[in-house]
Amino acid sequence: MLSKFFYHYASPQHFYPLAGRLWPWFALGAAGLGLWGLWLGFFVAPTDFQQGEGYRIIFVHVPVSWMSMIIYLAMAFWALLGLTLNTRLSGMMCRALAPTGAICAFLSLWTGALWGKPMWGTWWVWDARLTSELILFFLYLGYIALTNAIEDPRRADKAGGILALVGALNVPVIYFSVKWWNTLHQGASVSLSRGSSMEQTMLTAMLVMALAFWLYTIAMALYRVRGIILHRERDAKWVRTLPDVAMVTNGGTK
Amino acid sequence: MSGFTAVVKRDVTLAMRRKTEVITAIFFFVVVAALFPLGIGPEMTTLRLVAPGILWVGALLASMLSLGRLFAADYADGTLEQMALAPTGLTVLVAAKVVAHWLLSGLPLVVLAPVLGMQFNLPADALWILTLSLLIGTPVLSLIGAIGAALTLGVRGGDVLIALLVLPLYVPTLIFGAGAVQAEISGLGASAHLSILMAMALIAAVLSPWASAAALRLALES
Repeated sequence: MLSKFFYHYASPQHFYPLAGRLWPWFALGAAGLGLWGLWLGFFVAPTDFQQGEGYRIIFVHVPVSWMSMIIYLAMAFWALLGLTLNTRLSGMMCRALAPTGAICAFLSLWTGALWGKPMWGTWWVWDARLTSELILFFLYLGYIALTNAIEDPRRADKAGGILALVGALNVPVIYFSVKWWNTLHQGASVSLSRGSSMEQTMLTAMLVMALAFWLYTIAMALYRVRGIILHRERDAKWVRTLPDVAMVTNGGTK
Repeated sequence: MSGFTAVVKRDVTLAMRRKTEVITAIFFFVVVAALFPLGIGPEMTTLRLVAPGILWVGALLASMLSLGRLFAADYADGTLEQMALAPTGLTVLVAAKVVAHWLLSGLPLVVLAPVLGMQFNLPADALWILTLSLLIGTPVLSLIGAIGAALTLGVRGGDVLIALLVLPLYVPTLIFGAGAVQAEISGLGASAHLSILMAMALIAAVLSPWASAAALRLALES
């Protein structure tokens, strides 16, 4: 029963309408939770007694940093599925996730710099987490560049899949090696880790925002994968008989 | 195993017939190492501090320069397809090509590094560790680089693309390679760094030929 469900929707033709039905709901959820989380973060959560108002950037910074790592894991998952089961949709999902992952990694670095300037007095430190986030951003760029450079879509998907898996194996190695490198160089480094005594409303706001970014990522991936499916299957009969596509092509030819 | 040695011999022989390409990459390493003191200033204490990092980054870039040639010629004249059909197995033959790449572009750097290290006023035991770290580390560079070379084979703009793919993956090797020399200079001892570098070399030796062969099959199919 369940496997039948998966086999059915592993076909781009069947997944296309499902994604079309689902993504507006995820987008709506992301917008709603995002507004709620921002309201909690900016108006309800108290001012931090050490960091003042500047700490409020964590309501964006922490969720995008989490998402940048989770999206890479999700890409590795789809890559593994695509390489082992040879499903076409997996590669498309992988490629649909990559731009959002790159944006999250970039936002994480950017908001981190905005937070670092008032807190540490500098835009950038070669802290283990910052450095590994930067390298993660490079890995996303490498994936996007490679898949865009290869013209044959099936080779692009699989080559990207191999790269995503090699990268996923490397991410923990990079993180621990950078951590080791950093502790060897600076005795008293600036620590990002705060005490566990986080105010309850702050934690709620952050978790709500994290959930909002989850839903945003899913909505964007589904939206983007619809475009990729249409482009790849543009010569297939089912695409040409889609109401939207048929209307456009008929309007053009008549 | 005979297929393995045959490919190593063949690649080395072919490269020896066109020595310029091999020598260019080596001279790149020497020139880069000579440029840094000109940019930083001749202060010997500063130079000694930055020497491990500079020599390692130079080695890393020099090793990357020759990656484009790793499979390109064999791909162009169809040899690679015959290798994919050979009874020895593509994975073994890819491993042989990586060994040949290391002999041609990694080993010369290992031999040259102590000489360049002396220019940076590195003490004798640090020179020894620098050579050892490059000896263990440069095979990792060739192994990881082979994956990048296989993925970008026949792709438009592949030469630039390979840098973007491979350099982030080189980070752990760079950290532990240069870190070993720095640890030796600061008196901490380099054995921990070298052990981890060795572990990375062994893991890469197992996984990289396999991943590179898979990527090469993709290039041959399309």
